[in-house]
Amino acid sequence: MLFTAHEIRETVDMFLRHKLDVRAITLGVSLRDCASPSGSESRRRVRDKLLRVAGRLVETGRAIEEEFGVPIINKRVSVTPISLVAEASDDDDFAPWADTLDAVARELGIDFVGGFSALVEKGMTSGDERLIASIPRALERTERVCSSINLGTTKNGINMDAVRRMGAVIKETAEATRDRDGIGCAKLVVFCNAPGDNPFMAGAFHGPGEGEAALSVGVSGPGVIKAACEQYRGAPIDVLADGIKKTAFKITRMGQLVGQEAARRLGVPFGILDLSLAPTPAVGDSVARILEEMGLESAGAPGTTAALALLTDMVKKGGVMASTSVGGLSGAFIPVSEDEGMVAAVRAGSITLEKLEAMTCVCSVGLDMIAIPGEVSAETISGIIADEMAIGMVNNKTTAVRLIPVPGKVAGEWAEFGGLLGGTPIMPVNAFSCASFIGRGGRFPPPIHSFRN
Amino acid sequence: MNAIITVVGTDQVGIIAQVSGYLSGHRINIVDISQTILSGNFVMMMMVDLSASDIPVAEAKKDLAALGDRLGVSVSVMHERVFSAMHRI
Repeated sequence: MLFTAHEIRETVDMFLRHKLDVRAITLGVSLRDCASPSGSESRRRVRDKLLRVAGRLVETGRAIEEEFGVPIINKRVSVTPISLVAEASDDDDFAPWADTLDAVARELGIDFVGGFSALVEKGMTSGDERLIASIPRALERTERVCSSINLGTTKNGINMDAVRRMGAVIKETAEATRDRDGIGCAKLVVFCNAPGDNPFMAGAFHGPGEGEAALSVGVSGPGVIKAACEQYRGAPIDVLADGIKKTAFKITRMGQLVGQEAARRLGVPFGILDLSLAPTPAVGDSVARILEEMGLESAGAPGTTAALALLTDMVKKGGVMASTSVGGLSGAFIPVSEDEGMVAAVRAGSITLEKLEAMTCVCSVGLDMIAIPGEVSAETISGIIADEMAIGMVNNKTTAVRLIPVPGKVAGEWAEFGGLLGGTPIMPVNAFSCASFIGRGGRFPPPIHSFRN
Repeated sequence: MNAIITVVGTDQVGIIAQVSGYLSGHRINIVDISQTILSGNFVMMMMVDLSASDIPVAEAKKDLAALGDRLGVSVSVMHERVFSAMHRI
């Protein structure tokens, strides 16, 4: 036999027992040629282009699933930040662009479209301002559109005016989707150092430096990594690290195979492979449970940040060895509502918002899918965002914030978002004010180590 | 294309006969076959060539899963390239 019984069993177990999957194939499409002084004309061009370029995405994904026996959970599209496309128009309200993206996604069976976005790390154009003002309306009336705003970079510093503005926009978005526990905010993320080739939602967009189109692939598999860790109980950390790296290598190779095949069949270049341990609310698909398997009683216990640092780094190293196209975020995500183990840790009182913030220094993204009381002020949300942006800027890493201030609910109550977004107890937030700090606005200068040229 | 069929479950009379009978009925050629007991389970692995098959791979997968249900074993069908990607550099 070409493969040993052990090899075959290992691979089959990864998919059948440990829920390994390709979380998403994401087709990035440039919409820069769709700008027009007429909003309706621009949206017509957007629609025509997406139908043309992404028309076969879903059927191609399904065919590969069938043929290869590898589940592909989501078929997604990311587009040029809409602020760049729509700002040539005279329209004040950009929500109709979100309507267009939503309608095309429904028509093509695409799960999510990312890119109702703006990159404002250094300043805002009129298009950026109109897009940001349109976010609450856009997310209230669409289902499949995701929005992201880049507020800072290590090179440019942090746009504190935009940080202040986004605190209020998050509150408005929650209010606009009040009847569904503020679910609009689950489709809205703010970034520092946002990658322009990330295939994961809510932060996917097709960066301005990208080509006409590219197919990227997001591979997940917390269950597989946990199963690998189970083989190294009691072993020294370096032995455990090596075990994680080997498994990350194998699942990256599988992802690369699927991504390259999808790109070839769609006739577009292969973009990047993002190996990110992305949990789902299903039992056996949790990042928190990996940390616990490494030796913690509950996620959030002392040692959690160290365990997560090891996990993220080994996933990246295994991935980089397996593929020359590793990009996006690659590492471990630590969303709360989407991770059964994390929700259990919140319930048990072992994890707090401050501990999660510390963990974001070493995870691959940031504060993610955290429900907070609806009464938390816009300034406090901006303060949390500023902290997270500072961590990303100073440490030269991607950080993000996706908070849901749940209207009418208080700490300890349950917020339910459904499906892959899950549900979570609402976490308390430090009640002391940062309003005067946030009220200053202005521009946060980049750190000294950004001057590398 | 080549695929790897894995059958895992409790050992019983006729597993190989039934699976290979189905395959030959649809002109799916068995290229290689091995069988072992792994962690107390009956494990059969086959590499098959579907290039002359008279049915699409999706249909073969459904039929084999149904056959597995009748026999009380789990049957998976995956592309050979997935195994090559993971285990061969």
